[in-house]
Amino acid sequence: MKQINLMIAGFGGQGILFVGKILAYAGLLEGKQVSWLPSYGPEMRGGTANCSVCLSNELICSPLVTKPDILIAMNQPSYDKFVDKVVMDGVVIIDSSLITIQNQIADKQLISIPATQLASEQKLSKLANIILLGGLLKKTKILSLDSIQKALQTYTSKPELLQSNLKALSIGDTTV
Amino acid sequence: MNTKLLMKGNEALAEAAIRCGCKSYFGYPITPQTEIAAYMAKRMPKAGGVYLQAESEISAINMVYGAAAAGIRSMTSSSSPGISLKTEGISYLIGADLPCVIVNVMRGGPGLGGIQPSQSDYWQATRAPGHGDGHLLVLAPAGIQEMVDLTYLAFDLADEYRMPVMILADGILGQMMEPVEFPQQEPKYVPKPWATNGHQKNREHNIVNSLCLNPAELEQSIQKRFLRYQQIAQTQVRYQAYDTEDAKIVVVAYGATARIALAAVRQARKQGIEAGLIRPITLWPFPKEVLLQLAKQVESFLCVEMSMGQMLEDVQLAVNGRCPIYFFGHTGGVVPTPDEIVREILQISGGKNDDL
Amino acid sequence: MIYNKPDALSDLSTHYCPGCTHGIIHKLIAAALDELDCEGRTIGIAPVGCAVMAYDYFNCDMIEAAHGRAPAVATGVKRNLPEHVVFTYQGDGDLAAIGLTETVHAAARGELITIIFVNNAIYGMTGGQMAPTSLPGQITQTTPFGRDVQHAGYPIHICEMLSTLDGAALVERVSMDSIPNIAKAQKAIKKAFTYQIQKKGFSIVEVLSSCPTNWGVTPVEALQWIRDKMMPYYPLGVFKDIGEKQNHETN
Repeated sequence: MKQINLMIAGFGGQGILFVGKILAYAGLLEGKQVSWLPSYGPEMRGGTANCSVCLSNELICSPLVTKPDILIAMNQPSYDKFVDKVVMDGVVIIDSSLITIQNQIADKQLISIPATQLASEQKLSKLANIILLGGLLKKTKILSLDSIQKALQTYTSKPELLQSNLKALSIGDTTV
Repeated sequence: MNTKLLMKGNEALAEAAIRCGCKSYFGYPITPQTEIAAYMAKRMPKAGGVYLQAESEISAINMVYGAAAAGIRSMTSSSSPGISLKTEGISYLIGADLPCVIVNVMRGGPGLGGIQPSQSDYWQATRAPGHGDGHLLVLAPAGIQEMVDLTYLAFDLADEYRMPVMILADGILGQMMEPVEFPQQEPKYVPKPWATNGHQKNREHNIVNSLCLNPAELEQSIQKRFLRYQQIAQTQVRYQAYDTEDAKIVVVAYGATARIALAAVRQARKQGIEAGLIRPITLWPFPKEVLLQLAKQVESFLCVEMSMGQMLEDVQLAVNGRCPIYFFGHTGGVVPTPDEIVREILQISGGKNDDL
Repeated sequence: MIYNKPDALSDLSTHYCPGCTHGIIHKLIAAALDELDCEGRTIGIAPVGCAVMAYDYFNCDMIEAAHGRAPAVATGVKRNLPEHVVFTYQGDGDLAAIGLTETVHAAARGELITIIFVNNAIYGMTGGQMAPTSLPGQITQTTPFGRDVQHAGYPIHICEMLSTLDGAALVERVSMDSIPNIAKAQKAIKKAFTYQIQKKGFSIVEVLSSCPTNWGVTPVEALQWIRDKMMPYYPLGVFKDIGEKQNHETN
């Protein structure tokens, strides 16, 4: 596997860093080299947040993703900021409930999921991030569903929470 | 099953400190190192050690001074502006020959600066960690595993040489997560007959002190300390070399920047440039000798830092005019990208950079 | 009755000026350590100022601290050696100016240490400049026309201030001006150490002391000056004493 560089971006509070952590930990479970690097700053809630995740079979040099292979965008400013940085033939997965695309992107693969809307319909508040993750896994198969589920198990504190996360994951999986 | 843990640099460092016998931590919150204090607050009481949030960085370093004087393995951590406040205490620790570990997770300066990663405290760490003649041993990790490994080393070296050791990291290393393993390695404890821990009427009273009003005596004590520094310079230099055997251009970078530089060096190799990398792990003592040797072979050096060029001066001193040294850096919290460094390498090597 | 030098006091002659009361205060501390039989488990912290070399005058283990930082250094020792006895010896510049933060926070935390605060209303070691405790109108090298409170501000009443903090168990001001007051000081110092050993909380004894050299008076006049000038402004007494109340909760 060549190194896969992911950028996950959105508002603080959308679980941006959490998705990154799940990806990194699932990568670790699969014996890969992984790195997770958050943006950090005074915006604890509501500001912009993003994180870089690298998955590789070899030593990861730069943990800072500047040219993502995969972009998960969860709000308009993040989409606008990072979409052009995605490599040619890269994957852009967006929460289409919150993002409107002005110009079509020809050289990249676009996956649109109305994640926030789906989450609110299914009473899975704040789990739009995991719905997007489910869609991403289905499309790209960068990690196995099994390791992602195990990672969710590790990082969710309560059984109910785990169940909602797994449900959100499968919604993402079946939507795309 | 993989036994590695996924941990943030700050937390991994704190856990490593506890596992290698740190029994006392004093800190004060400052971004981007606060997780060290938070982790210590949670873990230290369970590990039977002391955690205390001080009223300032100044107090924190002086609490470390007290704990170290009592013979306890102790640590404090901060980020750039907080380290400036600690420099008085650091000078006293040096003057009183006290072992301890000080962590600086660097952010942009001067003044309040910013909170994003930086390497602009290199001079402070290696040149002027406080007033007076003296040094810190300075270790520069480049990944989370090394945050752990160098913490073990820092405590052992501090005790062995009776001096403060600084771990000089940056915001990237503090905040990022990578898989880590904690070594099953016993701390190298040394006897501390000098400690002020109560003589129980079994020995003469001990005095921990940096005051000496007799110039000749003070000079002598400093000269004695410098003999120890000399020994450290001969035995404790650490660095990592990548692809330097046939290199025509060698990039010199430390910490998180070294990883970005390594990505650039590999990219340059793919484009036919014979590039290599030297990554100093000890910043003091600085790996002069390897650079001097390489200076006989290479056409040029490129120093890359998240500063305006501070380690650059050590590279210049080591190379001593034998070949050109170029510099590339960003400062204030801006992180260099591999592409920018490749561009520099190509430009220096006379190549074209159209394909970037 | 035979007069003995306390065991906790070393045999060295002190460097203090003639008529200075530092020597007496040293003796009172050493006597308390002797009486409580704790010299072997005591660590003293010396300040920056006239008493900087106090580390040579006590027989217990001693640490020399940076200016004003003695309470922080003491905290570092005490938290790691909770069964030991830890004291700081600080002057008015060290404690009430540069080290006020460390002092207040050690008291607020109820740090189980004892501070002996020597207040002589002037900076001695640097040659007689204004201290935070110099009196209004007091002439010093840096207030040559007398301390003008409109310009230089008012003196700090350390005991009054610290007595408001919940962490303090004993806050008492004593004086070196006379034999009866020295006897009271001796009791206060012993009580402070006793409270520490009993883990009652933070203890501080402020000792009004003389500086004939920098006040520009004879030793005898200096003692009178304490009575006439200092004691009205800094009344003697116990500002806080939790007495037999339960021990301070430590973590």
